[in-house]
Amino acid sequence: MGRNKVVAPEGLRERVEALSGENVFACYQCGMCSAGCPLTEEMDRLPSQVIRDLQQDDPSLLESNAMWVCASCLACEVRCPKGVDLAKLMEALRQLHLRRSLDHLSVEDLSPDEIRRLPQIAVVACLRKKTG
Amino acid sequence: MSTEEDGVMMNGIAYFPGCSLKDTASGFEATARYVMETLGLPLQELQRWTCCGTVSSLTTDDLMHHVASVRTLVRVQDLGETELVALCSMCYNTLSRTARRVNARPEDRDKINQFMDRENDYEGGVTVRHLLQIRDRIGWDAVADAVTRPLDGLRVACYYGCTLVRPREAAIDDVERPRVMADAMEAAGASPIAFPFAAECCGAYQVVDRRDLSVERSYRVLQSAARGGAEVIVTACPLCQHNLQDAQREMTGQGVDELKILYFTELLAAAMGMEIDRLPEAIRPWIRDHADGEGPQGGA
Repeated sequence: MGRNKVVAPEGLRERVEALSGENVFACYQCGMCSAGCPLTEEMDRLPSQVIRDLQQDDPSLLESNAMWVCASCLACEVRCPKGVDLAKLMEALRQLHLRRSLDHLSVEDLSPDEIRRLPQIAVVACLRKKTG
Repeated sequence: MSTEEDGVMMNGIAYFPGCSLKDTASGFEATARYVMETLGLPLQELQRWTCCGTVSSLTTDDLMHHVASVRTLVRVQDLGETELVALCSMCYNTLSRTARRVNARPEDRDKINQFMDRENDYEGGVTVRHLLQIRDRIGWDAVADAVTRPLDGLRVACYYGCTLVRPREAAIDDVERPRVMADAMEAAGASPIAFPFAAECCGAYQVVDRRDLSVERSYRVLQSAARGGAEVIVTACPLCQHNLQDAQREMTGQGVDELKILYFTELLAAAMGMEIDRLPEAIRPWIRDHADGEGPQGGA
């Protein structure tokens, strides 16, 4: 196992539940989150599959791009019939990377011109979500 | 520390601007100030404020990123006030979620209080509101009464995006079918259109490193507004506003060029008689063509 592996496979669900405060087994896979998510087509697995992977403690989830595509719009949060806050699970998955300094954005790659034309809230939000 | 500022807020509403309203969204602030002064409820900017944090930290153990918001709440508390109003919907969301979290979890509040060094302890008594919640304070009839230049017939798509209506605990209106902004626009005499994409995400901060995503999402929002017959789309979020404009530029010639992208306060200010040269250029021709008896005001 490489040094940049985020967590031991068997610890994934436990760590994500602790960080998110959510119970992944509350989900009964109705797919409402995937139906309403505005960015599913950009993800390599559906939002509901992210929860399924957590239920099954599937370590390949850590290689997924879903957590980085999720923009915390919370469409899933208001619609989940079981009250699972998927955005918190996505945040926990991001944090498992970011707390090991595995950033998903390189600030050096952003040109000063780009940063100037963006509202500050865009830049700060992106750094908050994609860097540790 | 609080005594010298006691009374400052007596004639107004404690107001948190946030960074974008001092920069890319300065027109949002100027028109909101005009509207609130016209309504007799002037916004009183906090003398000191810090970044709200922009996005709410969603993990159980991350209290550090709530500290900035709590510091701002302490400053409101020090003024003897119990309400704080934000204009930027991201600031509203972040401040509101932090205020709710520390009230729901007193142990978190204690820890943050212990961490803060110079501030008074936060006691939990501040409610964060968005400007649109003047609905609950004075009602839309009072807004309609202040209208001197009704926006008759102007077809408006009211775009809420995410942070005014989600999560459920921070929603200022129905999470699926909000209408608070439409009510505000009707009070100004405009005609809100049916707009199924009203609370869809614009792509948010993905514009920074995945601009393809934000352009695509925002273009769909613009398409929905344009196909619904809107002349104007109004927002309460400087990031939504940026992303919509960015998508409109990127998709030039793709059916959304004619839409004017404005803040809701810009239309309210127009309806309340703000001088035409202080209004956004995009809306001036419509005002000149439609406003009765006003004639061109200021520079033309």
